Amino acid sequence: MSSPFVGQVIDLLAALMLLIAFAMLAQRRLLRLIHLFALQGAVLTLNTMVVAVTLVQSHLWFSVALNLVLKVIVLPMILIRVVNRLGLRRDAESVGNLPFIMLVAVVLVILSFNVALPISRLAGTITRGTLGIAMASMLIAFLMMITRRKAVAQVVGFLAMENALFFAATSATYGMPMVVELGIALDVLVGTFIFGIFFFQIRETFDSLDTRSLERLGGRE
Amino acid sequence: MVYWIALGAAGVAIPLERAVHARVFFTLGTLGGLLLTGVGLAGLSGWPQSAVLGLGLPDLPFHVRIDPLSSFFLLLLGAAGAAVSAFSAEYFQRGGGGEIRLVCLLYHVFLAAMTMVLIADDAYLFMLAWETMALASYFLVITDHRIAEIRRAGFIYFLVAHLGAIAILLAFGLLQLGQWDYTFEAMRNTSLGTQWSAAVFVLALIGFGAKAGFLPLHVWLPEAHPAAPSPVSALMSGVMLKTAIYGFLRVSFDLLQNQVWWWGVVALAVGLATAFYGAVFAALQTDMKRLLAYSSIENIGIVLAGAGLALVFHAYGMDLLAALALAATLLHCLNHALFKTLLFLATGAVMHATSQRSLGKLGGLIRRMPWVAGLALIGTLAIAGLPPLNGFVSEWLLFQSFLLSPSLPNSYLNMFIPIGTALLALAVALSSYVMVKFFGIVFLGLPREESLHEAHDIGLAARIAMGWLALWCVLIGLAPVLFLRTLDPVFQTLVGTGLRDSLARSNWTFLTAVAPEQASYSALAFLLVIVLVIVIVAMLLRRWFPVDRRRAPAWDCGFGKLDARMQDSAEGYGQPVKQIFQVFLRLERHHPSPFDRQPRYHSRIEDPVWERLYLPVARGVERLASIIGAVQHGRIAIYLVYSFVTLLLLLVVIL
Repeated sequence: MSSPFVGQVIDLLAALMLLIAFAMLAQRRLLRLIHLFALQGAVLTLNTMVVAVTLVQSHLWFSVALNLVLKVIVLPMILIRVVNRLGLRRDAESVGNLPFIMLVAVVLVILSFNVALPISRLAGTITRGTLGIAMASMLIAFLMMITRRKAVAQVVGFLAMENALFFAATSATYGMPMVVELGIALDVLVGTFIFGIFFFQIRETFDSLDTRSLERLGGRE
Repeated sequence: MVYWIALGAAGVAIPLERAVHARVFFTLGTLGGLLLTGVGLAGLSGWPQSAVLGLGLPDLPFHVRIDPLSSFFLLLLGAAGAAVSAFSAEYFQRGGGGEIRLVCLLYHVFLAAMTMVLIADDAYLFMLAWETMALASYFLVITDHRIAEIRRAGFIYFLVAHLGAIAILLAFGLLQLGQWDYTFEAMRNTSLGTQWSAAVFVLALIGFGAKAGFLPLHVWLPEAHPAAPSPVSALMSGVMLKTAIYGFLRVSFDLLQNQVWWWGVVALAVGLATAFYGAVFAALQTDMKRLLAYSSIENIGIVLAGAGLALVFHAYGMDLLAALALAATLLHCLNHALFKTLLFLATGAVMHATSQRSLGKLGGLIRRMPWVAGLALIGTLAIAGLPPLNGFVSEWLLFQSFLLSPSLPNSYLNMFIPIGTALLALAVALSSYVMVKFFGIVFLGLPREESLHEAHDIGLAARIAMGWLALWCVLIGLAPVLFLRTLDPVFQTLVGTGLRDSLARSNWTFLTAVAPEQASYSALAFLLVIVLVIVIVAMLLRRWFPVDRRRAPAWDCGFGKLDARMQDSAEGYGQPVKQIFQVFLRLERHHPSPFDRQPRYHSRIEDPVWERLYLPVARGVERLASIIGAVQHGRIAIYLVYSFVTLLLLLVVIL
C-alpha cells in the first residue's frame, strides 16, 4: 500500500476519533454515550489494524484483538447491562453550560496540537501527525469526567481516556510494549467491574447515582 | 527466639480449653526464659560470637552477634521473662483480657522480638525486631480493646513509639554515612565528624528515649501500663524499657567512636530531670499501676543519669570511673527489671483477687494474701533502695561515681554535678517514700472495701515466679561482688577498662568502689547489724515490758470504734509532696465547705507536660491540617480539575 494513502486513512480515522470525543462530550443520554464509546473503540481498532497491516507489526494484531474484544464488545455490553439494570435507559443529565464546555474543548485541542508539535517532529512514525489529536481526545475525555455528575458517565469518560491513551501510544511509537498493554487492558476490565459494583452500592446507599451524594467528607457536615 | 516464635505459632494453631492452654504454653515459655538466662550467663564470659543468618531480603541477610553487652541484657530478659511466663500461666487461666490464643501468640512474639533486638548486628534486623516489638506490645496493651480508654492509651503508645522509631532510623541512616552498609560492624569502623556524631547521639537519645520514657516522651508510660494486663506491663516495664537502654548504650558507647563530654551532660540532665519528675508524680498517684509506671520513669531516669555520667568520664578518658558508673547503670537496669517485674506481678495478683486498681479501695491484704504481701515486701524494700537488697547496691555504686566526679578536669562540671547528686538523692529518697505508700496502703491496715475479705492468695506457679525474682533480688544484694565480676567483660567492651582490679582488691563480702580507704560496702555486715539490732530491741522490749500482747482499742477520741475509713489514705499520704512540689504540677482541687453534710473532696493531677508541650503541638498540627483541608472539598469534579490543571500545566511548562 502506498504511504500517502495510508497516511490519509490514518488521518481520517484520527479525525473521527476527535469528532466522537466531541460528540461524547456533548451527549446527554447515557445509552447514546455508551454507543459512542463503542464506536470510538471500533475506530481505534480499525486504526490499529491499518497500522498493523502497513507495517507488518505482528504484535499490533494482539492489540487489535484486545481492543476489539474489550472496548468494542465486552465493556459496552457490561455498561449497557448496568444501565438496564439500574433502569437508566432513558436517563439524561444536564451537562451545564454546553457551549462554554465546547469552547473549552476547542481551546484544549489547540493547546494539545501546540504541545504535540515538537514531539511529532521527533517521532519517525507514519502516524505522527495524529499525536496531537490523541492528546486532545484524552483531554476532552478528562473534561467530560469533570463536567458529568452521574457515575456511569464518569466511568465512560475514564474509559474514553484510556482509548485516547492507547491511540497516542499507537501514533507515537506503534503501541506500547505488550506487557504494559496487557496490564492496562486488564486494569480497565477490573476497574469496570469494580465500578459496576460501586454503582449498585451508591445506588443502594443514596438512592441515586449522582456522585454529589459522595461529596460529604467525613467530619464535615 | 525461634523457640518462642514456634511456641506462639503453636499456641495459635492448637486450640485448647482456656485454662489448659494457658498452663501448657506459658509454662513452656518459662523454659525458654530459663534457657535464655543460661545463654546470657554463658555469653558474659565468652568472646563475641557473630553469625550471618540466611533469612532476610536478598543481598540483605540478617547479622546476629552476641557480645557481653547483649549477653547481659539477654540475661535480664531471660530472668524476668521466665518469671513473667510462669506467672502468666496462672494469670491468663482465669479470664480477663481477650482471646487467649491471640494473647499467647503476641506474648511470645513480643519476647522473641526483644531477643532479636538484643542480638541484632545490623540496622535492618534491629529495626525489624524493634518494630515487631512495638507492634506486639501495642496489641498486648489493647488486649481489652473494647474499652475506649484503653484504646486511647494504646494510641498514645503507638504514636510515641513511632516517633522514636523514626529518630532511630535517622540515627542509623547517619551512622552508615553513605557506605550503604548497614551492619553494625561497618558502623563501628566509620569515624563520623563531630557534628554528625552529635546528631546521631541526639537522635538516639530521642529515639530510644521515646521507648524508655525519658522526660518529655514519657507520657505513654502512665497510660499504657495500667491499660495492659499485668504480666504484659511487667514485661514492658521490666524488660522492654531496658531494650531501649540497651540500644542507647549500644549506639553511644559501641557504634559511635568519639564521645564528647557534653553528650554525657545532656544525658545526665535529662536523666536527673526524669528521675525527679517520676518520683514526684509517683508519690501522688492513687492508682497502683500508674504509681508503678511513674516509678519506672524514675528508675529509667536514674539509669540514664548513670549512663550520662559514664559518658562524661569516658569522654575525659577516665575509664575506671566510667566503668564504675556503667556498672551502676547496668546493675540498676537488672535490678529494676527484677523488682519492677516482681511488683507488677504483685499488682496483677492483687487485681485478680480483688479486681481493684485504685489504692483508695485496697488495704489489709497482708492477711488475705500472705505470699503476695511477703514477696512484694522484698520487691518494695529493694526498689526503695534499702540494704541489704539489690537496689541499694546499684544506687550506692551510682552515688560513689557521682561523688568521685570532682576529679573531672572541667570546673563547670565540678560545680554542677554535686547539684545533680543532690537531685538524685532527692529522687531516690522520694522513691522510698512512694514505696512505703504502695506497700502500706495495699497490704497493711484494714480492708477499705467489703469485697476485699474474699481475696485469695496466688497459686503455686505464681509463687514460684515471684519467688524467683525475689531470690535474685536477695542474691544480688548479698553478693554484689561476685555478680559484678561476671559483668566485668561488659565494661571491658564498652569503655575499655574493667573493674577487675578494684574488685579483686575486695573479697566477696566487701564491695569496694574504687579504693577501700574511700568507701566500701558489705551487705552481710549490714544484714548482721540489722538482725542484731532487731534481736536486741526485741529482747529489750521483752525485758522492759514483760506483758503479753493484748489487744485494746487505740485512743479513739471518744468516737467509738476505729474503722477502715479513718486510716491514712493514698491521697492523704501524698499530701505533703503535693504541697511541696506544687510548682511542678497542674492541680485541680475542690475542697468541701465546712458546713457540707456530705463532704466530698476531689483533686485531679495532670501532667504539665501535656499542657505545655503536647497540646500546643497537637493544636499546631490541627491548624495546619485545617489549612490543607481547605483544598479538600470532597467533590469528585474538583479533584478531577486539580489533576486536569496539573496535567495541563506540566504539558505547557515542560514541552
